[in-house]
Amino acid sequence: MVVSEAEATDPAITPTRRGLLGMIGTGVAGLALGGAGGAAVTAAALAGTGADGSSGSVVPFHGAHQAGIVTPAQDRLHFASFRMVRGATRDDLIALLQDWTAAAEQLCRGEALGTGIESEDPLLPPDDTGEAEGLHAGHLTLTFGLGHQLFTGEEDDADPFGIRAKLPDTFTPLPSFAFDLLEATQSGGDLCVQACADDPQIAVHAIRNLARIAIGRAHLSWSQLGFGRTSSTSRDQETPRNLFGFKDGTMNIMSDERAALDAHVWVGGSAPEWMRGGTYLVARKILMTIETWDRTSLLEQERVFGRTKRTGGPATGGGEFEQPDFTATNAAGEPTIDIAAHVRLAHPDQNGGARILRRGYNYVDGSNGLGQMGGGLFFISFQRDPAMFVRVQQSLKPDLLNEYIRHIGSGLWAVPRGIAQGEFVAQALFE
Amino acid sequence: MTITHPRRRVGQTLTALATLAGATIALTGCVPNAAPDAESIAVTASDTDCAVETAEATSGTVTFTVQNDGSTVNEFYVLGANKLTIIGEVENIAPGASRDLTVQVGPGDYFTNCKPGMIGAGVGQAPFVVNGEAVETSQEDDAVIAQYIGYVKSQTEELVPQVQEFVDAYQAGDDEEAKRLFPLVRISYERIEPTAEQFGDLDPKIDYRKPGALEEGIPFTGFHRIEQDLWLDAAIANYSTPEKDHYPKDDLVALTPEERAELGDQLVADITELKDKVAAPDFTLTLADITEGAKGLLDEVAAPDGKLPGEENEFGHTDLYDFYANVEGAQVAFDTVRPLAEANDASELVTELDERFADMFALLDEYGSYDAGFVFYDTVDETQRAELAASLSALSEPMSKLTAAVVK
Repeated sequence: MVVSEAEATDPAITPTRRGLLGMIGTGVAGLALGGAGGAAVTAAALAGTGADGSSGSVVPFHGAHQAGIVTPAQDRLHFASFRMVRGATRDDLIALLQDWTAAAEQLCRGEALGTGIESEDPLLPPDDTGEAEGLHAGHLTLTFGLGHQLFTGEEDDADPFGIRAKLPDTFTPLPSFAFDLLEATQSGGDLCVQACADDPQIAVHAIRNLARIAIGRAHLSWSQLGFGRTSSTSRDQETPRNLFGFKDGTMNIMSDERAALDAHVWVGGSAPEWMRGGTYLVARKILMTIETWDRTSLLEQERVFGRTKRTGGPATGGGEFEQPDFTATNAAGEPTIDIAAHVRLAHPDQNGGARILRRGYNYVDGSNGLGQMGGGLFFISFQRDPAMFVRVQQSLKPDLLNEYIRHIGSGLWAVPRGIAQGEFVAQALFE
Repeated sequence: MTITHPRRRVGQTLTALATLAGATIALTGCVPNAAPDAESIAVTASDTDCAVETAEATSGTVTFTVQNDGSTVNEFYVLGANKLTIIGEVENIAPGASRDLTVQVGPGDYFTNCKPGMIGAGVGQAPFVVNGEAVETSQEDDAVIAQYIGYVKSQTEELVPQVQEFVDAYQAGDDEEAKRLFPLVRISYERIEPTAEQFGDLDPKIDYRKPGALEEGIPFTGFHRIEQDLWLDAAIANYSTPEKDHYPKDDLVALTPEERAELGDQLVADITELKDKVAAPDFTLTLADITEGAKGLLDEVAAPDGKLPGEENEFGHTDLYDFYANVEGAQVAFDTVRPLAEANDASELVTELDERFADMFALLDEYGSYDAGFVFYDTVDETQRAELAASLSALSEPMSKLTAAVVK
């Protein structure tokens, strides 16, 4: 049995059974190679090869920032929101985050949890649920966030986990936005986990096992599967298309734009220590009235976006990455890019220069009883201040696109800074 | 109102393609120049009747000479077989005066109607049959637009007294009567809703649903606010579900007579303003407004907050009235531009739309009628709703091709 240093020296932190089981693998890996840089190498070695046959399918879990933010966007998502169970204590929360951290380290290396798909005693269920066996790491990233209620209680009048004093000033709940049709059953949550991977089975396996580990302390509140990333976070990736068939997120911040990331994404030095180098995650479940859109003329579709459907270039000409000319007018003297076109209203120029890092996914939750596709965009963005998202979203009030979408789910979480070797998620919050 | 969004302004970029029709253009059906010796039919309009000399004519150019023997200014209409499409209209016939209406009509079933006071549903509606050969019409864009504007005006003119009657019952505390009138009074509105939505702030006041009003930060007023008050128990139950947990509940109490008075008066004022705006000389539409409006009416039925999922009238469950009216409104718009589509070699599309409309109405007819009443939508099960959805989709799909067939 190997217990990491941080856990061994903090008397407030008591490993649980699941936590200990989860740590077995961590310890072995740590012993085998040790060092912060060792994890990826170890994982690749243990996993044999990556999902693509190479040894490159591990994304390091540890670092200054959490993985899954500027990591080149994987194609698959399983996003989960959890609520702490009634009566859960500070120790419960700490233990959960420790257990999740230990499990995440293994999952991201492509390892099975605990005893793996078999159990020590055939009368026991196996520690790992097993469906990702043999699939390797698949570029899995797990990104953890903390909800506002975790600091304040549901009525904003409590301090259930003794962390209220460390609530950042900028961390305020999102306001209501025009045309929101939010469903409480798909909104909010005390904790979130964003799992991204090349293979949906790997992402689902991660969330499933984290939910299992949480039992008794936190309960899965809602979750969302996504596919077909709708944003690029690297210039090496082609800009993907959303379910409207348009290229989306062309203006996104890319992972190599270090200055832009510092200016717009990473929380800076004035924040509480646990958030420095962290960010805020906004998730919005946006239903598209797909059938209505599909009956809309190309002229109208392109007017709504202010971009051409084929190339993604702005209506004022040029290729995809050409800057739109918002002052151009057509023969009739009207703006070439409609005053309420999506590209105009969402553009940084219209939002005081605010840029956000988008990392959204398409989703289809089957169809409803009326034969309508239950699909749309599971929008995820990262920004150093929730107010930056609020500003952009408020400026989208007259967006022509609103005719064809409904915001039906919403959430905001603080994503703590990256996890160092031997630390657990948000450890600084409890010190 | 179903879609709580900025209004579709699809016509904007097409403006240059369609000639604007001012309301000052005389609404004379399809014939700019009638032959002076054409057949003339005498019509005697009064405050209570609309006597047409003969109920038959031969296809071609037909002139009605309308004598107003009543005490108030009058209007005379020739309507299509659906009693909604306006083939021709002559208005502002002063008491004692006579005016002519000339229309070019092909063989088929029509209706004649007078509207004393130029408001309300009119009097003396009677069938009018045209026999003979099909006529070649050379439909002009502006005549088509003027024809549709005339229809929109007539619907708002019907709406005003109906809303007044509904509000009277509501304000008098006659809830049973108000509940009976609620779905009926909405019919004319639902037929022309895309037009009402062009006046940005009116539709939100008249027809916003609770979620839309709340999230847009405007007072929850109009039809659906009254609906919530009339079906308060249903509203309380509806907003007690987990999905709607985050909505404020403080407005789920019965309104006082004073609050009813204010709410009702405002609805009447808003509807009257709508009527006046539609009648204003500068009110215009484009052909694309008409055709996209037809599509929009069908989209609103199918919307996630629309009639098909039963969200439009979430307390009263009278969604099928709105559904029927939306389809009627789409059909009138289609009917109005039909000659343009036919002239543009889109006869196949016209035939398909005719068939789809017939199928849609036939299916809706199984659930009732305005006169006999439609079943409450909460009694329509998932299988039936899916069948309605399939029929609506079958209609909506070809409707998406109408603008391209009409706007050339």
